[in-house]
Amino acid sequence: MEYSEIVTDALGNLTVNKMRTGLAVLGIIIGIGSVIALVSLGQGSQKAVTAQIQSLGSNLLTVVPSGGQSGGVRQAAGSGTNLTSADAEAILNSPAVTTVKNVSPEYTDRIQVTAGRNNTNTMVLGVTPQYLEVRKTELSSGTFITARDNEAQAKVAVLGPQAVTDLFGEGAAAVGQSVRINGQAMRVIGVTTSRGGSGFQNQDDRIYVPLSTAQKLLFGTNYVNQIAVEANSEDVMTQAQDEIGYLLLARHRLSDPSQADFFIMSQNDILNTASSVTGTFTALLSGIAAISLVVGGIGIMNIMLVTVTERTREIGLRKALGARKRHIITQFLLESVILTAVGGTFGIAFGIAVSYIIARVISMPFTIAVSSVALAIGVSGGIGIIFGWYPARLASNLQPIEALRYE
Amino acid sequence: MIKVTHISKVYATDSVETLALDDVSFEITAGEFVAIMGPSGSGKSTLMHILGALDVPSRGTYMLEGADVGSLDDDALADIRNRKIGFIFQSYNLLPRTSAVKNVMLPMYYAGIPKAKRYEKAAGLLGKVGLSDRMHHTGSQLSGGQQQRVAIARALAMDPAILLADEPTGNIASVQAEEIMSIFQDLNNAGHTIIMITHESDIAEHAGRIIYLKDGRIVRDGNCHRRRTVKTGVKS
Repeated sequence: MEYSEIVTDALGNLTVNKMRTGLAVLGIIIGIGSVIALVSLGQGSQKAVTAQIQSLGSNLLTVVPSGGQSGGVRQAAGSGTNLTSADAEAILNSPAVTTVKNVSPEYTDRIQVTAGRNNTNTMVLGVTPQYLEVRKTELSSGTFITARDNEAQAKVAVLGPQAVTDLFGEGAAAVGQSVRINGQAMRVIGVTTSRGGSGFQNQDDRIYVPLSTAQKLLFGTNYVNQIAVEANSEDVMTQAQDEIGYLLLARHRLSDPSQADFFIMSQNDILNTASSVTGTFTALLSGIAAISLVVGGIGIMNIMLVTVTERTREIGLRKALGARKRHIITQFLLESVILTAVGGTFGIAFGIAVSYIIARVISMPFTIAVSSVALAIGVSGGIGIIFGWYPARLASNLQPIEALRYE
Repeated sequence: MIKVTHISKVYATDSVETLALDDVSFEITAGEFVAIMGPSGSGKSTLMHILGALDVPSRGTYMLEGADVGSLDDDALADIRNRKIGFIFQSYNLLPRTSAVKNVMLPMYYAGIPKAKRYEKAAGLLGKVGLSDRMHHTGSQLSGGQQQRVAIARALAMDPAILLADEPTGNIASVQAEEIMSIFQDLNNAGHTIIMITHESDIAEHAGRIIYLKDGRIVRDGNCHRRRTVKTGVKS
């Protein structure tokens, strides 16, 4: 057996009807291409989400109140009013809690903010100086809110870069200017660095004010709606979660954990949830792409069946000249494998190009998993064999006289 | 070499059974040139298919060089067709878009002979039938007679025990038909066994023995008394 010869023969047969061969290959190109592109899209978004969550600190715990009650109607989680700055201080200072390094109580709400003729609806966070360390936030200019600002309910604000753009124009020097929040003029004392992120959790579209200012002057409340806790290390997350949980239960005079009026979430919980969501998303996309691959395979099978019918006489002749079944099977199987292999190769290039363009357009990290390329090669070869098998067998089982008589 | 004993072939289509061959027996020894004649529907094509191991008889036995062909499986039949029989068809049956030399190489490919040897042998055989200068022409670039000569070269590729020709001159002008017959006689003189099916008596008369078939039975089997010989030799 000289393989170069059968391959040359197979290529010769495939080029006889270029249009038909081209269309069959196109089916595989689209199938393989969409698998690669969609898997890459899914993995890219997973990577983006993971990186974003990890950038918030991997030893971070977040305590939020569970849904409050308003006239017997349970409100959304986080809307309850039962966490206070005192709770935050207790977490930091209680002898029962040994694994906590720092605590940042926060009060967050959306509100309209104006500066001169510009205005924006943004997230205003009442924070303490600990916020910087706990939330791994850095300043690009100016200073952050100090303990003194908090004591004095100072009318100062630190802006995120997106808020600067919205209120003063892109790249404008905001420090020293003033913004109006809820009718109160606040002096801008600092701007944070850009942290990226998008959608409902844009970390750049924010304005920070002292917690006391937010509570008393802006929103009129005594509570906080989030306490961020920095544990000593990643290894003690579970212990920290337990310690904080029991401390708060005791402080809120609740006897058993099922009555807890708060949640404690770790970054890992959020990460796992996000990963499982994006994982499901990726699987769903790949499943859809796989369907188009199967359709492409059926296209190959269809073409091969037509070819077998067209070449019935040739098959009969080959058998009369001494071709065994396996010779005929090899010949036709090789043709379908060549079709799918060529389709697979172009499909990989097509898929990589498409995912690169998509990644650029929606500014997401561009990743091509070697495994998905390897899988595509394997699958396209496999499709050639699976969908080529039936036509090839059909050809090899033709009776030589019937085939020779066929007109 | 060939021994056919009481063979019959029945074709069953739906409810009608057609008896294509009815209790046929004969022997052919090595070196004979036999013509099988008969009107259409006489069963001569069926007989040819059985002799060529393309089909098996319904009853009776067919012994080819001591082997019972009726008892062989598909692959063994393929090997018989490959090594012991050289086919020459009425419509030449060259592979389309394939050069003469590649056509001649094909049976040797199925026998697993290395490429260099195949090429050498095919070139030699094409020389023998006078087509050395047409080796790389495809079927559509050759005349009917030339195509049939390529087919003869292909039939000889594996040095088969018998050459089976089914109406070899049926599609060819009479001058070229004479050339084909001349090649057959040369091959026969060189010791090849040839079985040729034809319905033209002047073609059949080139053979040494003629078997007449009618309605699936042998009606006459004897030597050709007015045997023709072609003296003109091969023109290319």
